[in-house]
Amino acid sequence: MKILVTVKEIAEVADDFEIEGLDIPETYLEYDLNEWDDYAIEAAVRIAEDHDEEVEVVTVTVGPERSEETIRMALAKGADRAVRVWDDALADADILAPTTTAGILAAVAEREDPDLVLSGVQAADDGFGATGVALAELLDMGWAAVVNDLELSGEEASVRRELEGGVEELTTVDLPAVLTIQTGINEPRYASLRGIRQAQRKELAVHSLADLDLSASVADDALTLAGLAKPETESAATLFEGSPAETAAELETVLRDAGVGAE
Amino acid sequence: MSDVLVVADHRRGELRPVSYELLTAGRELADALGGDVHATVVGGDVGRFAERLDCEGVDAVHTVAEGAEFNHDVTTAAVTALFEALDPAAVVMPNSVNGLDYAPAVATRLSLPLVTDAVGLDGDDGLTVTREMYGSKVETAVEVAEGPVALTIRGGEWAAAEGIGDAAIEAFEVEIDESSIRSTVQGFEEVGAGDVDISEAEFIVSVGRGIEEEENLQLVEELADALDATLAASRPIVDNGWLPKNRQVGQSGKVVTPEIYLALGISGAVQHVAGMKGADTIIAVNTDPDAPIFDIADYGVVGDLFEVVPELIERFE
Repeated sequence: MKILVTVKEIAEVADDFEIEGLDIPETYLEYDLNEWDDYAIEAAVRIAEDHDEEVEVVTVTVGPERSEETIRMALAKGADRAVRVWDDALADADILAPTTTAGILAAVAEREDPDLVLSGVQAADDGFGATGVALAELLDMGWAAVVNDLELSGEEASVRRELEGGVEELTTVDLPAVLTIQTGINEPRYASLRGIRQAQRKELAVHSLADLDLSASVADDALTLAGLAKPETESAATLFEGSPAETAAELETVLRDAGVGAE
Repeated sequence: MSDVLVVADHRRGELRPVSYELLTAGRELADALGGDVHATVVGGDVGRFAERLDCEGVDAVHTVAEGAEFNHDVTTAAVTALFEALDPAAVVMPNSVNGLDYAPAVATRLSLPLVTDAVGLDGDDGLTVTREMYGSKVETAVEVAEGPVALTIRGGEWAAAEGIGDAAIEAFEVEIDESSIRSTVQGFEEVGAGDVDISEAEFIVSVGRGIEEEENLQLVEELADALDATLAASRPIVDNGWLPKNRQVGQSGKVVTPEIYLALGISGAVQHVAGMKGADTIIAVNTDPDAPIFDIADYGVVGDLFEVVPELIERFE
């Protein structure tokens, strides 16, 4: 059995940051493994650990060389090997449509021929929340979005989909399938020192678009970034300033006025 | 092809509120393009749903009577077929959990560009979509190349359509290939039942990522006790297993409407705000002055909860 996990290195913006044109300067950005993907990796590694038969866990990333740091993190947590796709054409694009990313991932998935694909529900930076389901459609596989419980039995997966308002949908999906994994489905492990050492020796293959028989023009998709701004804050809040004792005194007044602490 | 097709969201016998917001967003976009608004509802009690969707400004409602509940395989097939029949300029879908379970498939099957989670649409001169990135810290304008497009919109951003329209209500027949159905909904379960119902609470002390460690929860528990308030939390606290699911406020948790909502170390992501914006008085304590929680707070302290909370406990003990 083979499980493919889509992994993204995401950018996080510092609390205090500036925008220059259509860019946020590198000094304000920090890079990390996408939180949702961390849960997806954990789900895949647990399936591998719980199955008697051999299960190979392969991660796939569309990202620059810098992202190898986070890919190694996934390998240290138990993935067996990694594929990274990058290309000058992709580096030049200011925004990649989720369907474009899905198309690139699909080219890798077709070569890997997995039995199960796990993807994070969304990426913390651009938050499209669409790549996994688009990938399933391209691969002609079944799918389920926003999964917070997962059990494999033979030819199908039994999942719980986390709907709004504290309701879960119990659904069965034919395999092979793409499942988009929600945070909270498990408790992602920390990489062990041994895992980190082992990860350095695991295979990390790098492909260009041409290697995957894709044209560089896939990056010229229909979406163009035209503006980047800090949202207008409409804060009407009364802000209390001063020492913790002073601000606590102000809060006490507000709370007591609302009836808190009344006997 | 200047029409707009909108797809209603329903679950367990009810249209979800975003359905009416979709009609408004669809109407605005159709006005800019000079076209009609077509709504569709796939599955469920489509006759009853269609009457409700016949609001002012809706030109046609297409009902697809396939199944009692949402199924993404059926919805994808139906929306795709209807899109091909109507040839609209845009299909607008909800950015709900179910919307994200079929919208990317519809876009892919029709080879349409897809922009999700729109908070603004401007169709006056080409289509520009406003959406947020980096957890609401940045707002982006995304231009979509000429041609038909698939969109999902965020709930709560457009007003709900009202009034009674004179839409033509028509059944749309779609042939669903049985072999294309790869998922089956087996049932639903309410989660988060338990010892306490935070949606009934009068005073809520709510804690988020800013609490940093599980052992620090004791501090906010003490505060909740001192204030005689109910303890709640944002998603990360529940994801970490530090508090049970029945304490979670937000889109996937509970919607609360207390008199006082005291948010400690909660940044105020849109999913959280969806669950607590109805509180009478919102008080926020957060170290980040730009945290979105301050946009909806009535009172705020930009400061460290570990310094403010002990002082507050002392005053109420």
